[in-house]
Amino acid sequence: MAEPGSALKRTPLHALHVSLGARMVPFAGYEMPVQYRAGILNEHLQTRKSAGLFDVSHMGQAFLQGSDPARALELVTPADLVGLRDGQMRYGLLLNSEGGIRDDFMVARLAGRPWLYLIVNAATKDSDFVYIAGHLNGAITIEPQAGRALLALQGPNAESVLSRHTEGASSLAFLNLAEMTVAGAPAIVSRSGYTGEDGFEISLASGDAEDVARKLLAEPEVLPVGLGARDTLRLEAGLCLYGHDIDETTSPIEADLAWTIGKRRKMARDFPAAERIIGQLMNGARRRRVGLMLKDKTPAREGAELVDAAGAGIGRVTSGGFGPSAGVPIAMGYVDADHAADGTELAAMVRGTARAAVVSPLPFVPHRYIRKSG
Amino acid sequence: MAELRFTESHEWVKAENGVASIGITRYAADQLGDIVHVELPQTGKKLEAGAEAAVVESVKAASELYAPLAGEVTDANRDLESDLSQINADPERAWFFRMKMSDAAQFDRLMTRQQYDDYLKGL
Repeated sequence: MAEPGSALKRTPLHALHVSLGARMVPFAGYEMPVQYRAGILNEHLQTRKSAGLFDVSHMGQAFLQGSDPARALELVTPADLVGLRDGQMRYGLLLNSEGGIRDDFMVARLAGRPWLYLIVNAATKDSDFVYIAGHLNGAITIEPQAGRALLALQGPNAESVLSRHTEGASSLAFLNLAEMTVAGAPAIVSRSGYTGEDGFEISLASGDAEDVARKLLAEPEVLPVGLGARDTLRLEAGLCLYGHDIDETTSPIEADLAWTIGKRRKMARDFPAAERIIGQLMNGARRRRVGLMLKDKTPAREGAELVDAAGAGIGRVTSGGFGPSAGVPIAMGYVDADHAADGTELAAMVRGTARAAVVSPLPFVPHRYIRKSG
Repeated sequence: MAELRFTESHEWVKAENGVASIGITRYAADQLGDIVHVELPQTGKKLEAGAEAAVVESVKAASELYAPLAGEVTDANRDLESDLSQINADPERAWFFRMKMSDAAQFDRLMTRQQYDDYLKGL
C-alpha cells in the first residue's frame, strides 16, 4: 500500500480497465482493478470454466546480465538455477541470511539469450533488486524491465484462444517459455500462471499491451479478471501470497515449499541458512503451512487464531475466504507440527466463536497444468 | 410504501407499526460485491443503537451490520441464507431482521433518502 498522499502508479492497461468498468483499488503502490462488472465470483468461475485475462504488469520483471547469472543468483536462493535448461521456467524463493523468505519469484532461461528472466512481486520488486545486486558482488547486472507489461491468460480455453493470435503456444508445456509474436507484437510467452489452471503469461512492450489485451478480450471465451478473483483462484490452488502466507519470518520448510530446493543444492548446502533449513527438512519444523476447510459457512480470514479441541492456541490463518469453486470457506495457515496432519480437527476463532475446521490437503481444487513429455 | 431511512454505516430501515425492518443499502451491496454468507441475530436479542447486529460475508471481506436503533429482534430473514443473490440484486427489499423499536423517535433522527444521497456524494 502506498503512503497517503503519494501518487499511485498505473499500468499500461489503466485506461482499458477504466473503460471496462473496473473498480480500481490501491495495491502494492499501483492503481489496480479488483474486479470488473461481472464481479469476483463470475470472474473466478469463468477462469475455471473458460478463460480469464489478468493484468499483472505491476509485477517486477528484470533481465539478469552477467557471465553466469544462474550461478550467481544461486547465492540467494536454494533453487537449482544452473540446471535450468533453455526454454525452462522455475519457481523459487529469495532467502535472507537467516533462511526467511524475502520473496518468491519465477526465473527462466530463454533460448538464445545470455540473460536470465526474473519476475518478482510488485510490493517487493525495488528492494529485491537492491538486495540481489548487493549480495552478488557485481557478478550480475540487474536490468529492471519497467517498460514491459505482463498479461496472464488463464483457464482451460487459454490455449485455443492464444493459438488464434500466435503460433507456438500449444507447443509449450507447463513452465516452458519462448519468444513469439502475439497479435503482431514481439513477446515472451510462458505456459505458467498463478490460478492452478492451464494458461500463459505474456510479457511484451508496454506500448503493445493494450492492443494485445483488447484482441484477447474480444475472444468470446475471455473475461477480464481482477485481483479479487486472482486471490480466490490462487487460494484454491494452494499457492502462497507473499507477505501473507510467506514472509521473512517463515522458512521454506515451515511454508511446505521444500520442493523448491534443488537436489544438488541440498547436497551442497550452499544457500543462505542452509544448515538451519536442512535441519528442519530432516527433523521437521515446529510449525507448518496447511490447508484448512471450514465445516460451516463462516469464512475464517487472515489473522484468525487457530485453536485445538481444548481451546489452546496452535496457530493462525494467513489467507482465508470463500472458495467459489470449492463451494465452502477455505483457508491456509500455520499450525504447530503436531496438528499439521491431514484430517486433524481444529477450530478457527471468528468474532469470538470457535468455527470447526479440518486440516486438508492442498490444493483445494486440482491443478490442471498441461505437462508434456519430451 | 413506508418511507426508508438510512445510516452512515449504510443500513436502511423501514418502520411499520413500531417494528423496524433493516437491510443494507445499494451502495453497501455494491461495495461488498458478491455476498457468500450472512449471520443473522437471534430472535429475542435486545440491541442498543449502534450495536453489531449481523455479519455480511462477501468474497472479499466480512462486514458488520449495525442496529440503526434500539430494540428487540422479532424476526430474522432465513430466506436470505438460501438465496444470497437477492441482496446484491435488490438490496432494499432484502431485509435481514426486524426489531420492535424501543423509541420510535430514533427512526425520525435517521437520514432521509435525500440526506443519504448527499452523504454518499461526500464519500
